[in-house]
Amino acid sequence: MSDESRAEKFLELFNKSKEFTEELLRENERLRAQLGEIERANQDYSARYTEIEEQNNNLASLYVASYQLHSTLDFREVIHIVQEILLNLVGAKSFSILLLDENTKELRAVACDGEDAFPGIETLSTRLGEGVIGTVASRAESFYLNDGTVSLERPLAAVPLKIKDQVIGVIAIYKLLVQKHAFTAVDYELFSLLAAHAATAIFSAKLYAQSERKLNTIQSFLDLLTTTST
Amino acid sequence: MMNVDNARFLIVEDSPTMRQLISFSLKRFRNAKIIEAVDGLDALRKLTGGDKIDLILTDINMPVMDGLKLVSMVRHNASLKNIPIIIITTEGAEEDRERGLALGANAYIAKPIQSSHLIKTISELLAV
Repeated sequence: MSDESRAEKFLELFNKSKEFTEELLRENERLRAQLGEIERANQDYSARYTEIEEQNNNLASLYVASYQLHSTLDFREVIHIVQEILLNLVGAKSFSILLLDENTKELRAVACDGEDAFPGIETLSTRLGEGVIGTVASRAESFYLNDGTVSLERPLAAVPLKIKDQVIGVIAIYKLLVQKHAFTAVDYELFSLLAAHAATAIFSAKLYAQSERKLNTIQSFLDLLTTTST
Repeated sequence: MMNVDNARFLIVEDSPTMRQLISFSLKRFRNAKIIEAVDGLDALRKLTGGDKIDLILTDINMPVMDGLKLVSMVRHNASLKNIPIIIITTEGAEEDRERGLALGANAYIAKPIQSSHLIKTISELLAV
């Protein structure tokens, strides 16, 4: 083989290797891009997983809360369960549960917790439509303090206890547990759902107590009638 | 290493809501056996009553006997001292955490609990 043909052969081989190398580089680039996409998808899946875990957690909390709230018709017991839920599930340290008196249009605290950390919440009362709490009840809309100082009249959060459009009371939160720095986005949703369940449970318990009282009165009246007729 | 799915848990809580919520989270472990106690004394009765327990989850503030006293008593009992204990409480301050861990608890979780965090902590403790 002459030197010239050897050089041509070498050049041909060189060109082929060059093409092959370029193809490899392109393939490498494609794979890098694919890897990037997979990594992004992985991050999306991971974020979605965390989100689903959080939703799952909230659903579990809501299930347990509604199960417990509707497990009794005793008014005091229902109120105690609402207190437990606010402390353990919502993470509220100081809060007050106010119920609306339909005759006087006044909201009065029927139970509270953490009054040592926020004095005055045990005797809290306000008229419908007055102040933050009264407005929450009259408008049936939740209130969350975005800035400013918390005071008896301006709680951290106030959520109406409503059955459809009828407001029966308000839950006012004044202080969160030390480990809970602020409400998260899902807390707002959970808190409103819990308030709705609490409202029906409180309302049912009140109705039951009223019917029990009426039944006792009727029974006493019947007993009296029976005694007088004999 | 034990199979966490077959673990036996003792939940010590005076709040029925929290007992149910923790039980609900533990359902992640398929064959887990869950025993409930309403306070520290009730827990001690159950621990010494024959049921083998693999892990204790206890609240702190409870009537009759609180969670810290329970942790201390378990750690001083020759046959119970090696059971891992997780404190689940509303007392989230650093000094409370340190006190609980100093008494012998293996982990300290502040309420409100995140199910995923609880499961991870249990899995780590029982995988040892």
